[in-house]
Formats: sequence, C-alpha cells, structure tokens
Amino acid sequence: MTHLPYIIAAYVIALGVPIVLATEALFRVRAARRRLDVTDIRRNRGSV
Amino acid sequence: MDARSPAASPRTGHVLHRFANPGQFLRLSGKVLPWLYWPGLILTAVSLIWGLFFAPDDWQQGDTVRIMYVHVPFAWLASAGYFSLAVCSFISLVWRHPLADLAAAEIGPVGAAFTAVCLATGSLWGKPTWGAWWVWDARLTSVFVLFLLYLGHIALVRAFDDPTRGYRAGAILALVGAVNLPIIKFSVDWWNTLHQPASIGLTGAPTIATSMLWPLLFSAIGFTLLFAAIIVTRTRAAVMERRIRSLLMARASSATGQEAVP
Repeated sequence: MTHLPYIIAAYVIALGVPIVLATEALFRVRAARRRLDVTDIRRNRGSV
Repeated sequence: MDARSPAASPRTGHVLHRFANPGQFLRLSGKVLPWLYWPGLILTAVSLIWGLFFAPDDWQQGDTVRIMYVHVPFAWLASAGYFSLAVCSFISLVWRHPLADLAAAEIGPVGAAFTAVCLATGSLWGKPTWGAWWVWDARLTSVFVLFLLYLGHIALVRAFDDPTRGYRAGAILALVGAVNLPIIKFSVDWWNTLHQPASIGLTGAPTIATSMLWPLLFSAIGFTLLFAAIIVTRTRAAVMERRIRSLLMARASSATGQEAVP
C-alpha cells in the first residue's frame, strides 16, 4: 500500500467521529436519566 | 404543546402527535436503539476490514480507492442528514411538533460532524489522486456550503433566549437550505467537475465492480444505522432534559406562587 498514511488517517477519522458522538450521547442520556430520577417525584413514587 | 395546525390536515397532525409524543418516543426508542447500535457496529466493522484488507485495488486509483469505503457513506449521510433535518423542520413549522424541534436541533451537530468527515476524507483521497487537498469544484463547494448550512442551523437554534424562536428560525433556514441538496446531487452532471460522476444510481446498473460494491453497501448501511442511533440517543437525552427543565420551572413557580412559563 503506497498511500497507507492517507488511508489510515481517513479510517481513523471515519471511525473516531461516530464513536465520540455515540459515547457523548450515551453519557448525556445517562446523566439526564439520573437528574430526571431525582427531579421527577411522580416517577420516584412509581405512578408514571 | 401547541395545538395549532393552520393549513395542514388535522388528521395527519393527530397521527403525528399520537405516535411521536415524547413519552411514546422514549418507550419506542429504548426498544429500537439496540437494533440500531449492534447491527451498525457489526456491519461497519465487517465492511471496513473487507475494504481495507480484502477488496481489490482500483486499476487507476490504486490503493487510495479504499478511502471510498468511508468517504462515500459520509457523503451520502451528509445529504441524507440534511434531508431529515428539513423534514423535521417542515413538521415543526406546520404542526408545531415539539419532538420535531428537538430532533432537528440534535441532527444539526451530528450532520455537521459527518459532513466534516466527508470533506476531510475527500481531501485525504484528493491529495494522492489529484495532487491537491482541495479544489473549488462544484461538488466540493456545494458540500462545503452544506457544512456551512449545518453550522448556521446550530448557531441559529441557540441564538435566542426563547428556545421556540430558535427552533422556528432554524427550521426556516433548514428548509431554505434544502435547495442545496439537488445542487450537490447533480453538480457533477451540470458542471464540468474534477470530482467523478456517480457510480451508483437509482436508475441503471452501477459502474463499480461487484467486488467493491458489496463492501461499500455494507459500509453505507452500517454508518447509516450508527448515524440513526446517535440521533435517536441524542433526542432521547433532549426529551429528558426538557422534562427536567419544565419540572424545575413548575417547582420554582409554585414556590413563588406564579404561573409557570413553558
């Protein structure tokens, strides 16, 4: 492979960006769920 | 929730509200997400290993053709993401659907990131193939304009203190900017561009060898599932954050004895 650095760079960017976005989104959901559990009294009582 | 529905069919609006209300969305998306993430990850991994190690070199481009297996899916998703942004904006403007507002706001950053990857991988392909990182040719320029439209949408949605006004302004920009999508698609036909014409179309047989077509299709499906998974996850977070905000505002207003402003 004569153009290996270009190919590797393209694959790293293409894999890295979705992985970072997905990880950030999953952490955001987890944080929001925790805050919602604390904030939503009805949920804590099991009525919703 | 605003029940206004000006010229649109009330029946369509009713169906939208019934099947896409935030609570229903949280329940459905929780079940759908594993079916987006796992097949997306597996298909992407398989296609990239296939494209990197087992797909043949191109007779003209040599091994740089392997960049196509990541560049082309991101190029498709850059346009498809903007199309979905325009659809959400249309739903938001016509039916004032709150979930469409939240989804549109979440599609913007992800679409911008995917468009940036498309431009970056295109540059990494262009340098060894054309001898230049960038040329102002019609396809590249129109995709760059798409990137700017995404950035404009992100900025506009966050530019107002009242989120509803931001969503409205962003939706108008998204719909106006949708005119760029056919320009991107047909730029290689309408103008004499350095960028090659489409190898795969809805009409006619693909002009790409089958040994290259399969890993490309696997890659496109894999990245599409991941794109959808990211959007759905972010929208879930946005729905929960909105609920938290409204609960806190209601609590604060009941403490002060004033009516809550949503």
